[in-house]
Amino acid sequence: MKTTSVMIVGVGGQGSLLASKLLGRLLTDEGFDVKVSEVHGMSQRGGSVVTYVRFGDKVYSPIVTDGEADIIIAFEKLEAARYARYLKTDGQLVVNTQQIDPMPVIIGAAQYPEVVLDELTAKGVQVEALDALTLAREAGSAKAVNIVLMGRAAKNFDIPYDKWIAAIENTVAPKFVEMNKKAFDLGYNS
Amino acid sequence: MKKLLIGNRAVAEGLYDGGLSVVSSYPGTPSTEITEFLSEYGDIHSEWAPNEKVACEVAFGASLAGARSACAMKHVGLNVAADPLFTLSYTGVNGGMVICVADDPAMHSSQNEQDSRHYAIAAKVPMLEPADSAEAYAFAKAAFELSEQFDTPVLLRMCTRIAHSQSVVETEERVMPVLKEYVKDPAKYIMMPGNAIRRHPVVEARTAALTEYAENCPFNTVEDNGSDIGIITSGCSYQYVKEALGDSVNVLKIGMPNPLPVNLIKEFAAKVKTLYVIEELDPIIETHVRTLGLDVIGKEKFSPLGEFSQATVAAAFGKDANAFATADSDIPNRPPMMCAGCPHRGLFYTLAKNKVTVMGDIGCYTLGAVPPLSALDSTLCMGASVSGLHGFNAARDGADKKSVAVIGDSTFMHSGMTGLVNVAYNATNSTVIILDNSITGMTGHQQNPTTGYNIKGDPAAKVDLEALCKALGINRVRVVDPYDLKECDTAVKEELAAEEPSVIISRRPCVLLKTVKTAPSLTVAADKCKSCKRCMGLGCPAIRMKDGKADIDTTLCVGCGVCKQLCAFDAIEGVTM
Repeated sequence: MKTTSVMIVGVGGQGSLLASKLLGRLLTDEGFDVKVSEVHGMSQRGGSVVTYVRFGDKVYSPIVTDGEADIIIAFEKLEAARYARYLKTDGQLVVNTQQIDPMPVIIGAAQYPEVVLDELTAKGVQVEALDALTLAREAGSAKAVNIVLMGRAAKNFDIPYDKWIAAIENTVAPKFVEMNKKAFDLGYNS
Repeated sequence: MKKLLIGNRAVAEGLYDGGLSVVSSYPGTPSTEITEFLSEYGDIHSEWAPNEKVACEVAFGASLAGARSACAMKHVGLNVAADPLFTLSYTGVNGGMVICVADDPAMHSSQNEQDSRHYAIAAKVPMLEPADSAEAYAFAKAAFELSEQFDTPVLLRMCTRIAHSQSVVETEERVMPVLKEYVKDPAKYIMMPGNAIRRHPVVEARTAALTEYAENCPFNTVEDNGSDIGIITSGCSYQYVKEALGDSVNVLKIGMPNPLPVNLIKEFAAKVKTLYVIEELDPIIETHVRTLGLDVIGKEKFSPLGEFSQATVAAAFGKDANAFATADSDIPNRPPMMCAGCPHRGLFYTLAKNKVTVMGDIGCYTLGAVPPLSALDSTLCMGASVSGLHGFNAARDGADKKSVAVIGDSTFMHSGMTGLVNVAYNATNSTVIILDNSITGMTGHQQNPTTGYNIKGDPAAKVDLEALCKALGINRVRVVDPYDLKECDTAVKEELAAEEPSVIISRRPCVLLKTVKTAPSLTVAADKCKSCKRCMGLGCPAIRMKDGKADIDTTLCVGCGVCKQLCAFDAIEGVTM
């Protein structure tokens, strides 16, 4: 099997590490060779963060480059646009419509480009947009944005629903399992 | 057992399964997790040392005592530990000793891009370099054997992409720790000239023996695919080569970058028409290959800057780049910044407002450099704020005193104390601000000697910063709450006006600590807001302008109340922390 490349992008603090942990665990249990590359340290402080997840029969590079990603899961709109260049021309962009202003926008040194998703759609990018923040709140916590998005993205993987739920049970702290399962379902059925 | 492990966890498990008994480290991205994971084992001694030099010397002592020991640090940490390293090369070891060092090509979280392989060459010690988590585990474990076999400390070089990438590892049985006999041996362990002069030839002989070993060791491997192109590579670059070129080229993968083999490389080169070296950062392997008289393509095609990828390799071999689409709009940067409620913010606001020259240091507070606060003037290395300020003031003697140093609690323990001694002893009228947030913040919340807890979270001796600063010779020591802007302003003005050295301790725990109780989000009464944007000057990620009025993001605000103190119109409402 050819290597599949997934990217999880967002803003430091949005919970992308848990999402990649979940996905990594699931793919390993499915018997794939898996590599997950994360960013720790300074950029986590509210900066732009990216995690690469690659799986297949034999994976060499832990990172993804331009035009290589099969799926990008974006936790924030601007970050979706920032990393869109990594997507294959027939790749899938799953994006949370939440808008988090970066400091240059907050202090008025730059404009937040509201129309980026329309621009990408116009260029033929397959954009699946959803309001994951509202769904996460519905599940019980704004912090569950990550799992809502994984639920939505799950349909792009050839892995049965039950396996995803099992991976949540194995990854998340016991007291948050039910809330995260609900968040996953809300994303999955969106 | 097959597990998906992050590189640093694989190193930790490799060291543990290799019979490790003692580990001492100072945190530094991307090396921190090695020691954090090791601290989870109850049957070994693990600790955070005040700095990397101490950590390396602790590991030396444990090795001398007969135990297998390790220390871990980031690349710039090895600069601090370089002093013991160079002479450890002469003494050698009793129990095996491994020094893990993690480089950070592309500077994801570092102040420079130095290549640690230079240290292995300069100190004449062997270095291993894994290319994935499986090798990180195997090499860490094997490093102890190598260390004892050749009587030398062994460097284990990681880089960000290996340290922070997860891949599949099959772990093996643990070698149970053994405490070897300790025998007094002054000629080997007391490095005064008469002894050291007899140890240097031993080091040279060892390097010769290790070079011989490198010719046929398990760390260096050849993939002969019958190609007339040969690539010598190592670490993550190997993965990029394989991803881009697969089995279409011959590959010599170097897992031991020091010392490098001679015949293995010559024989590999003899089978191909074109020879490449693909290595990140400096041309270490390439230089060695050239000294063997071989023609090679290296840094002219593969930059010494930053990280590579499979695309770097593909492009160098003439492959077309992948197609992709981009949005038309400009995409604003999203630089890292101080968190909402960060206790450093109020202090930096005060310094910026008073137009103070600020010597910065290494930690979260380096983010005080980012607009709109733009409050820093320099950042060099751990501890340099204090000593740099002293020099700055020595050079500008008599000029208006408008300069301070800012340094975190952990960084002050690491190497700020000695600078403060110098301020007192050599008497410059300097003001040092210790940003005491009760934790080592940037590397992800590690305990340090000022927090009162050890690496396992158990209560420990706690350094009294006020008493320490006084003991070092500073008479004026005061504590402020950085959430109280008026108090900060008064303290900064008074200490700058004082005619003797002083220390301000800005004390408030990191808002991300689980022990900190935050308040509900504040809100803006839009009818009271006069759109003066004074609150925007804080650079708080929770405050923005919305429809012409200040607006607080309720998902981010923790109610620190600093913005509330700034608002002249009482438009910011709510109960503060």
